[in-house]
Amino acid sequence: MASQEVLREEPSRGSFINDPKVRGIFFQALVVVVLVAGVWWIAHNVIANLTRLHIASGFGFLKGRAGFDISESAIAYSSDSTYGRAILVGFLNTVIVAIVGIITATIIGFIVGIGRLSQNWLIRKICTVYVEVFRNIPPLLVIFFWYSGVLAVLPAPRDSINLPFGSFLNQRGFYFPRAVWGDGSWLIFVALLVGIAMAWFVARKARQRQMATGQQFPVFWTSAALIVGLPLLAYALSGFPLTFDYPKQSTFNLTGGFQVRPEFLSLYLALSCYTAAFIAEIVRAGIRGVSKGQTEAAGALGLRPGSILRLVVVPQAMRIVIPPLTSQYLNLTKNSSLAIAIGYPDLTATAGTVLNQTGQAVEGVVIMMVIYLAISLLTSLVMNWFNAKMALVER
Amino acid sequence: MQEHDMSWVRTEMALAQPAPAGVTGLGAWVRKNLIASAGDTILTIAGIALVAMILPQIINWAFINAVWTGADRTVCATVAQGGIQPDGWTGACWAFVNAKFGQFMVGRYPIEERWRPILVAILFVALLVPMLIPKVPRKGLNAVLLFFALPIVAFVLLVGGMFGLPHVETSLWGGLLVTLSLSFVGIAVSLPLGIVLALGRRSKMPIIKTLCVVFIETVRGIPLITVLFFASVMLPLFLPEGVSFDKFLRALIGVSLFSAAYMAEVVRGGLQAIPKGQYEGADSLGLGYWQKMYFIVMPQALKLVIPGIVNTFIGMFKDTSLVIIISMFDLLGIVKQNFSDPNWATAQTARSGLIFAAFVFWLFCFGMSRYSMFTERRLDTGHKR
Repeated sequence: MASQEVLREEPSRGSFINDPKVRGIFFQALVVVVLVAGVWWIAHNVIANLTRLHIASGFGFLKGRAGFDISESAIAYSSDSTYGRAILVGFLNTVIVAIVGIITATIIGFIVGIGRLSQNWLIRKICTVYVEVFRNIPPLLVIFFWYSGVLAVLPAPRDSINLPFGSFLNQRGFYFPRAVWGDGSWLIFVALLVGIAMAWFVARKARQRQMATGQQFPVFWTSAALIVGLPLLAYALSGFPLTFDYPKQSTFNLTGGFQVRPEFLSLYLALSCYTAAFIAEIVRAGIRGVSKGQTEAAGALGLRPGSILRLVVVPQAMRIVIPPLTSQYLNLTKNSSLAIAIGYPDLTATAGTVLNQTGQAVEGVVIMMVIYLAISLLTSLVMNWFNAKMALVER
Repeated sequence: MQEHDMSWVRTEMALAQPAPAGVTGLGAWVRKNLIASAGDTILTIAGIALVAMILPQIINWAFINAVWTGADRTVCATVAQGGIQPDGWTGACWAFVNAKFGQFMVGRYPIEERWRPILVAILFVALLVPMLIPKVPRKGLNAVLLFFALPIVAFVLLVGGMFGLPHVETSLWGGLLVTLSLSFVGIAVSLPLGIVLALGRRSKMPIIKTLCVVFIETVRGIPLITVLFFASVMLPLFLPEGVSFDKFLRALIGVSLFSAAYMAEVVRGGLQAIPKGQYEGADSLGLGYWQKMYFIVMPQALKLVIPGIVNTFIGMFKDTSLVIIISMFDLLGIVKQNFSDPNWATAQTARSGLIFAAFVFWLFCFGMSRYSMFTERRLDTGHKR
């Protein structure tokens, strides 16, 4: 009994200074004190500076008249619109370039990444050169290269380069025919939606049937027929309402058609090329991460090379690829802020102009940070959902 | 005892026969690597076509048609553009790079004072090269000189204003000087800061952990430009009236904090990869927290994440080009600024200048990534799991 009493006794401590718990609380208290003092000091200075500069704080300035023009805007905007709307236009421009860039970068990245693993020596080398070149130069430099090195030295509108499908390329950008939707073209969109819904339904049913009976169904061709065929049918039924407005050459400029400005074009091309190099490396690592035994086992089961790739290798590689791919998508979105250097009116550029005009530095930077953080979180959420869907379901 | 008849056993080794003719030599290599199948052959032909289309153009432009020396834009412009080249000529205008080389390196640093950045560059190389070669002894002394003595000497030499050296405003700095000094300080600050943040994020103290998480995630969620905006428009508001920061210093703070957040995530990855037994083993030896980290955990964790650390360095080196947004002129900025020089404005100027800048950036980044691969192999103790 006595020995147990001794064991249960608290071990003697030298001093409470050496107690990790006490130390932890002390250091945290210290950090809090320093932080609060720092924040108070900064807030004090900010308030003093703002009163000295006669700047009212708060977000009321967003309702003021912007008074500056924006060259590209997805929604109606004029210099009479509010500052809030200007920032919204910038935000939409960021989203547009990010989405288009992500799609292109993914396509190039996958092609180059698979190319680096090709059996073909020449293809392998070409893809390696691509990756090593673009990974090691700053994205801003790539943007400038497209903007001042390539697009700015294209011919003037008078001598535009003719491209197929009635499109043109010149100093002022890329022109292509604009689709003009006539009366009754809503039917085409409805047909498209119905086609997609039916294709999804067919794919689901076919999968269930295959799981239950082992019988296969040509899902791909059926879906293609539904998604392409139904809108075509609707197009014919509604009396061919779709016409094209072709760009036409006049003396000094091209009129009509849809113009993609060089700012957007160079930002989009640069971001796609740059990010594609990183995506290629991720894809390569993902495919190499699938062990050779998987391929060999699939071959032993009698699958053909195409089926091995589609059913065995890619689903496993995707699990390795998706998390780093997410961060590349986020990087692309954040890098789109480089637009400011060539004058594409993205979020940073418009918010920067607003910030300079109104002097609302704190609010301007806060708005930028909050929007970018929101985009980051949203992209992460979507990709995490996709990741969870693709992740290994362990039984 | 049974007698063994050994007469049928060979007494000497048979000579190795040469490999079959079909698997060696150039022909076999071509068969295996270029024309293994019909699809492969098509790919090869497409690849050859691509190379044949692009490579001669590049060589023509960069070397054969290029102009290497000249005094002004006339050497790089066609007759129609007011120059001396025949119409339809395109070629690199290396004469532009040649003429502006000094500016590209040190910006508008006064010409009579340019020996100072050159001296700093010589000292930097003299200290960096032995640091990078593993066989050279006295690494400790070298590191102290490189990371503590050199910054002080460089500061005195570059900024001046003491020891009889005239003061040079940082607004006159530019070119590679700005790129390198921003990245050197950024690297030297962000690694230790990143380690501290990573340790903070894994700490058991809730307040410290929360602070580190909030800092890291916020910085990682926003673009560097926003951080630079923050540093250039908000920092002055944070300070009392009359106190002002140098613009260079503000950019330095922005870049360092930004890469510290990324570094923290890389280091955290390394910390997580160290098995718990290592921590517990260190505890059972009676080591304190900092001893445990310094002697046991960090050496292993950092070794694991060398590629990640170097990638962050490369990223930061490339990101220094963004200081152009807050009107500072690093290598890219100064190249771009010189496009508008009327003495040199031709159709080829922008392309040539940008390709020169790209080449310099590429050399540094590619060098760093190759060196990191070399270090990784050298430090690999074969414990890879």
